[in-house]
Amino acid sequence: MEWLRLSPDEWTAVRLSVRVSTWATLVSLPFGVAVAWLLARREFPGKALVNGLVHLPLILPPVVTGYVLLLTMGRRGPIGGFLDQHFGIVFAFRWTGAALACGVMAFPLLVRAVRLSIEAVDRRLEAAATTLGASPPVVFLTVTLPLVLPGIIAGMILTFAKAMGEFGATITFVSNIPGETQTLPTAIYTYTQIPGGGAGALRLTLVSIAIAMAALIASELLARRISRSMDLG
Amino acid sequence: MTLVVDVRRRLGAFALEAAFESAGRLTAIFGHSGSGKTTLVNLIAGLERPDAGRIAVDGRILVDTACRTFVPVHRRRVGYVFQDSRLFPHLTVRQNLAYGRLLAPRRDRWADVPRIVEMLGIGPLLDRRPGRLSGGEKSRVAVGRALAASPRLMLMDEPLAALDEARKAEILPYIERLRDEGGVPIVYVSHAIAEVARLATDVVVLAAGHAVASGPAADVLAGLDLAMPEDRDETAALIDAVLEGQDEAFALSVLLSAGGLWRVPRIDAAPGTRMRARVRARDVMLALDRPGRISALNVLAATVRAVTVAPDAADALVELDAGGDRLLARVTRATVASLALAPGVSLWAVVKAVAFDRGNAPGRNPVGTPASALAPAGPAARS
Repeated sequence: MEWLRLSPDEWTAVRLSVRVSTWATLVSLPFGVAVAWLLARREFPGKALVNGLVHLPLILPPVVTGYVLLLTMGRRGPIGGFLDQHFGIVFAFRWTGAALACGVMAFPLLVRAVRLSIEAVDRRLEAAATTLGASPPVVFLTVTLPLVLPGIIAGMILTFAKAMGEFGATITFVSNIPGETQTLPTAIYTYTQIPGGGAGALRLTLVSIAIAMAALIASELLARRISRSMDLG
Repeated sequence: MTLVVDVRRRLGAFALEAAFESAGRLTAIFGHSGSGKTTLVNLIAGLERPDAGRIAVDGRILVDTACRTFVPVHRRRVGYVFQDSRLFPHLTVRQNLAYGRLLAPRRDRWADVPRIVEMLGIGPLLDRRPGRLSGGEKSRVAVGRALAASPRLMLMDEPLAALDEARKAEILPYIERLRDEGGVPIVYVSHAIAEVARLATDVVVLAAGHAVASGPAADVLAGLDLAMPEDRDETAALIDAVLEGQDEAFALSVLLSAGGLWRVPRIDAAPGTRMRARVRARDVMLALDRPGRISALNVLAATVRAVTVAPDAADALVELDAGGDRLLARVTRATVASLALAPGVSLWAVVKAVAFDRGNAPGRNPVGTPASALAPAGPAARS
């Protein structure tokens, strides 16, 4: 079983992947909920355009998304340059860039899951809350959000899983630098490109499967607990 | 409390145009399905906006299109009990009750939650979630939740409509207690005349979006002929009475009203209980001589007060004074002619059946708002 032991470099790739995916999930969450709420509840000019932009990464080849990120968020890009000069935030060829790429790629999945569950909320409950004295923000925090929680958790799991597997946009935007931007998929890819890398690729593949399964089971348990507490399931 | 409503709202082909005032402790909005009852309470709650008009409670304007005033729902402090209870599924009963209470401004929190829980009998349910409650329990919790928010006005939109007869009988006494002890004026929507007759101090009759009659319950139900011709069979007099005793041998109860003693099918209640009987006009016969040997149990001496004859109808409505009780009798126009019925004629009223809307009759309303039994004692407790 010696061959199953991960090398320090492989551990680095695993840890980096988890870190990138966690950050991608947590940072995109508030934006995802906000956009999902806008799309589910509000009519505004350009709604179709926003909807299209959100879903674009789902349809475009990941390489294209990665390249667009490189053009806009790179150090010479309009947004990346601005962030670098004024806030010292750099994405290009950093692990933060990998998190950004993963977040963008997973965003449509997050928005979709949350939006569907916002649309399923019984608005009569929200009306009841207003008659009890709740202002619109209070209604959102105390009624809408708790009822949407199962959808949010599903969206977070999807985002995390998508981020763990993201390859094309990541490698295009931040390349494949061991210790900085080399995540599980790019590390596996690297192994497949070198002679005798089969064992390493297999080890990392098993790790990927284990993490994915753990995330799925955790989400299932969490969702079941929430629905049981609401007596819905 | 005075509720002043004068609103117009158009919804497709339907138009609500209702104007009325009510100062009762429980104002029933009575009308058939589609008459605009729910739209009306939604306008009072602020869930809908009128196209034009105004609504005021105790002089506080909730909406007035003339001066562009619209108090948002969450600032109206109106307790709304929905037909479908709408309890929050993610909160326990206790948390549902706490919800409105915590959102009420501190100085206006007069509601005493333990007493509300006691009055509605929901103590054993406090730690459950709504998904585990029966229909009747949900209704009671919904009433408690609205009340716990310390509202200035309660709106109840057919809170019993989704319940079977047994569950209705379970809830009605709680609504009566709320009316008599709650200290909050109630607007109660219903299409069931028995509920209205039992609960209401005042009635507004809504037909096709128009308030066709409004006023004290006894007057409105006596005038149902004109307000709702299709419900003329329900035209009735309301008689306030006290349970005098039981006639165990014949399974009858004896009631005492201003006009005298009544014998009615047995009612399970303690002697001294106040009740309200509904005597339908079509169940009252008239005789000029005292009838003897007759199957009807109740024969009362009465004097004709008024005779209302509709020119295009075969029958007439005779209003009687039976020793202080108002009675109504529906007879044919031919009878009016042959018995020469006119105001002042003395005769005998024979009551075939007494439709009993059991339960406590609303007592006479003392002048001013009664102190709320649900509010903690002390002069500063209530604004």
